[in-house]
Amino acid sequence: MTAPAEGARSRRAGSTRRQFLLGGAVAGVGAVAAVGADIALNLPDTDPGPAVAPMNGDETVPFFGVHQAGIDTAAQAHGIFVGLDLHDDVDREALTRLLRILSDDAARLTQGLPALADSEPELALSPARLTVTFGFGPGLVQRAEGVAPPWLAPLPAFGVDRLRPEFSDGDLLLQIAGDDPLTVAHATRMLLKDARGFASIRWTQQGFRRAYGTERPGTTMRNLFGQVDGTTNPEPGTADFDRVVWTDRGWLAGGTGAVIRRIRMDLDKWDRLDRSGRDASVGRTLSNGAPLTGSEEFDEPDFDATTAIGFPVIPPFAHIRRARGEGRERIFRRAYNYDERPAGGDVSESGLIFVSFQADIERQFVPMQRRLDELDLLNEWTVPIGSAVFAIPPGCAEGGFVGDTLLT
Amino acid sequence: MNTTTRTLPRLAAVIAVSVLALTGCAPENAPVKTETVPAGEVVTIDDAWVKSADEGMSAAFGTLVNTGEDDVTVVSVASEASPMLELHETVENEAGEMVMREIEGGFVIPAGGKLALEPGANHIMMMDLTGPLAAGSDVTFTLTFADDSTYEFSAPVKDYSGANENYEGGEEHEGMDH
Repeated sequence: MTAPAEGARSRRAGSTRRQFLLGGAVAGVGAVAAVGADIALNLPDTDPGPAVAPMNGDETVPFFGVHQAGIDTAAQAHGIFVGLDLHDDVDREALTRLLRILSDDAARLTQGLPALADSEPELALSPARLTVTFGFGPGLVQRAEGVAPPWLAPLPAFGVDRLRPEFSDGDLLLQIAGDDPLTVAHATRMLLKDARGFASIRWTQQGFRRAYGTERPGTTMRNLFGQVDGTTNPEPGTADFDRVVWTDRGWLAGGTGAVIRRIRMDLDKWDRLDRSGRDASVGRTLSNGAPLTGSEEFDEPDFDATTAIGFPVIPPFAHIRRARGEGRERIFRRAYNYDERPAGGDVSESGLIFVSFQADIERQFVPMQRRLDELDLLNEWTVPIGSAVFAIPPGCAEGGFVGDTLLT
Repeated sequence: MNTTTRTLPRLAAVIAVSVLALTGCAPENAPVKTETVPAGEVVTIDDAWVKSADEGMSAAFGTLVNTGEDDVTVVSVASEASPMLELHETVENEAGEMVMREIEGGFVIPAGGKLALEPGANHIMMMDLTGPLAAGSDVTFTLTFADDSTYEFSAPVKDYSGANENYEGGEEHEGMDH
């Protein structure tokens, strides 16, 4: 994408609502079409000049669809995760009302429209690829009198875990993500205002990746250890991704399972490790994420390769060797970094909001995590302090609501 | 979430026009309009919602849209959620306070225009709720226009902490939580 020319930019400065709506409507068609239509509508008699990229704020991700957005959506820069506990009196009927309201809020806000009864409607007008994704904990499915998938339960206890209740579990998950933090904050408040009568906040986790436009879209994220994180992800839009992520079970068909773990990263301890030690702990180079047996990020690691004196090039304790599973044991990661106010004399309180989507958590995620729990050198610098599992219901059609396959 | 249906005296209007055409006795000064579309057929409401309440009063909001070529007037509104409803406006009283009161002559929606019903301004006032209005439930309203045509719509209930205007004639400084 090229930077807009100055003249073109000034013509867009007084962006009108029509331009905005148009931008939203054609976002799926592509930037070139949007620009063409914009110019055709607004500048019929003048030289259109160089092509203008649409404003980032105008970009929308469709809300309605077979799957919920925010899973196969290219990860946005900012993400807020909220775990809610349902009030004791919330039954199946009340759940239906809650999810209808929240779905309607999400349907509007993600398209750049104020929610109904939105007290700050102006904050909704720049969606910036806002997505809202809902997840159901075991408690919610029970209230809905539905049948939960067998994996919808807290993960088995792992030896490395130091879980805190204030970052764990919950009945209802809201994942609110977008490329503009103000938009994300507004959407979060709007949804929580409407959830307040039905549920209370159990935990909130705020995460970030690179800001919008900093890197080429599709670049694998880096975490605060500097590691390239997520190289082996299946690619959205492929049959491989569909197999790994989407389930076809009952009311959850078209949905998936989410694992959200708060992984505290000890940056001070990591600082004491030299570069070769850092590379060895993961089995990849920090410079570009290439396996130690390759030169490019997406090179297949050669786990059999040995050094001149016979040691494995990718050490037995390396994260990628331990994580690598057989066949089905694959997941789709969509993590966010966190960096909070440090306590006491520390200078960092940082880590990763590990987020993974997989059709069957028990068969795909748990075996991998068991291996990492047994041996993974990265455990020296990381501690899981929060853990939650949610069933992510399918998307809904216009007129429906997220969860309607469970509640109607 | 809005579902809308219309109940229209369309057939009656068509018959009336036909009768006029047949007898040729249109009122002398009236422009010879080939048809007058009932208001209920050209008015819709966008983004309707109702403020939740456990009891007492509440209010409904939204944007009334008139796609017709004539101004239309909403003269009354009915709903099973409240036996008594009023069309309210919010105005400044002699003391300089903003107060709400029943509007005289109803809501006029200009031809090809809109009328916003919103907190702190015009709204449909529900004077006496028959039961709690719980967030996420729907309330059905029927608007009646000056030509006796009607328009029915349903609006979702939402929790909302604003819309606390004083009611004209109410006790001084006592906010009516509607």
